Amino acid sequence: MSVDTDTVKRIGHLARIRVEEQDLDSLADELNNILGFVEQLNEVDVEGVMPMTSVIPMRQRLRPDQVNDGGYAPKIVANAPLSEDNFFMVPKVVE
Amino acid sequence: MTLVDTRTPNPDYFIAGATGDWEMVIGLEVHAQVTSESKLFSGSSTRFGEPPNNNVSFVDAAMPGMLPVINEECVRQAVRTGLGLKAKINKRSLFDRKNYFYPDLPQGYQISQFKDPIVGEGEVYLDMGDKVGEVTIGIERLHLEQDAGKSIHDQHPNMSFVDLNRSGVALMEIVSKPDIRSSAEARAYITKLRTILRYLGTCDGNMEQGSLRADINVSVRKPGGEFGTRCEIKNINSVRFAGQAIEYEARRQIDILEDGGEVVQQTRLFDPKTGETRSMRSKEEAHDYRYFPDPDLLPLEFDDALIEELAQNLPELPDEKQARLMADYGITKYDAGVLVASRASADFYESVAKGRDGKLAANWVINDLFGRLSKEGLDVRTSPVDAGQLGGIVDLISSGDISGKIAKELFEIVWSEGGNPAQIVEQRGMKQVSDTGAIEKIVDEIIAANPEQVGKVKDKPSMIGWFVGQVMKATQGKANPQAVNKILREKLGL
Repeated sequence: MSVDTDTVKRIGHLARIRVEEQDLDSLADELNNILGFVEQLNEVDVEGVMPMTSVIPMRQRLRPDQVNDGGYAPKIVANAPLSEDNFFMVPKVVE
Repeated sequence: MTLVDTRTPNPDYFIAGATGDWEMVIGLEVHAQVTSESKLFSGSSTRFGEPPNNNVSFVDAAMPGMLPVINEECVRQAVRTGLGLKAKINKRSLFDRKNYFYPDLPQGYQISQFKDPIVGEGEVYLDMGDKVGEVTIGIERLHLEQDAGKSIHDQHPNMSFVDLNRSGVALMEIVSKPDIRSSAEARAYITKLRTILRYLGTCDGNMEQGSLRADINVSVRKPGGEFGTRCEIKNINSVRFAGQAIEYEARRQIDILEDGGEVVQQTRLFDPKTGETRSMRSKEEAHDYRYFPDPDLLPLEFDDALIEELAQNLPELPDEKQARLMADYGITKYDAGVLVASRASADFYESVAKGRDGKLAANWVINDLFGRLSKEGLDVRTSPVDAGQLGGIVDLISSGDISGKIAKELFEIVWSEGGNPAQIVEQRGMKQVSDTGAIEKIVDEIIAANPEQVGKVKDKPSMIGWFVGQVMKATQGKANPQAVNKILREKLGL
């Protein structure tokens, strides 16, 4: 598996990271290096091994269904660049 | 998901086109808000209609360093729902991140279950009437995920307002197999699913509040042929709109295909004002969600004991209740189906029917009470006539104390004034006269007073109706009609 400059552009866009045109080639090289390194893992035989989703050998802890948070709308919007009546205000997004 | 066609094409469902018949293939993704006090991964409230951002914690707002901790009740609700859908419960499931950017999604990803959902394959049964019969719709899976916040676009000329109250509320996404073949089946499926969820108490099913929403996948094909390319209609929030959207979309696709074109797979929106669907302006890459396991959440695991405990405490579900009402009270499948549409209706009926004539009770509950309630915009929980009162009316009919006609009047009185039916009948002298002596006396008087009519009735026996009317008039409708008929026939020599 290897990436070309179009893929780099696309990944950048999906992650909302601005990638300058002149950086595309070197980024593609870097990513391909990383992928090449990861590729080595394919040599390991994982037949019948469940994918590991966590390094901690424990189950997920559950919490009781109780309302014990929230109720502080002014704090939630405190850092928002713009807010009104405790709503966040963002540039218009209409589908 | 491998697509397997489980259905035999039904000509009743075919849509006529210029090049022959077409058949719809429909699958639904229903998003049902889990009934819980607090959110899926935070302790803020799920209550509807709160002031903006009041039900929001730092977790829901995705502040740095905040970590999700799963709500035990939401897990139980998902398992309950799975059991109600006769589905496989997965004792180990995983949470994944579904990545996309939108202002009402502060995390930049939705926590969902992609590869290993909490519930696997199940089934929902639809009663499509005498012609089509019972239809089984396969459930592909059910998974838990977070709801997003809400954007409001009409408050400001060039800004959108964002309220995160719904952000992080638990949803169950219930995915059907592509087993649905008509808009009527799709409507029946949503309705049935909603009934099951309400019986289970796992979702309130209020579509107008957004607690239940459906994404509908529609494609068309030649009957029994290969599956066609599908379009997904997003966010349908009423059963009626679902039907309209499907009808429009199927027709649109048929027109394209018959003109020699190709259906383009896309996401579409339904406009209730025009009854049409239109393409959503979405970019190609918007569909690349780059799912990966959420490193903040360990695998969700539980044992058989939890499943068994929940299974044991499951309420009687609509299909079982329908079968039991038919067996216990001798009512028709149709009537039982009407009654089990909501748990409250079924409970009301059972209180009326217990120890009484089940069919008579069903007639009164369905025709008289439900008919009246829907006319007045009420439901069984806000009914002015309670089960005890309606049972009292049924008792009076069964004992022959009042006629069916008087019973309607009595129902009106109880509806508008309340009170105990037996007492009302006693106090207002509404009791039916079954005493043959009293009726004979009145009949004799009427025969004596109307020699002309008596002469005519010999030649024209249908005139007996006139005599019945006279007796009823004289007794203010309280004479037992069977007794009146019998006595008149004897006396008139018919």
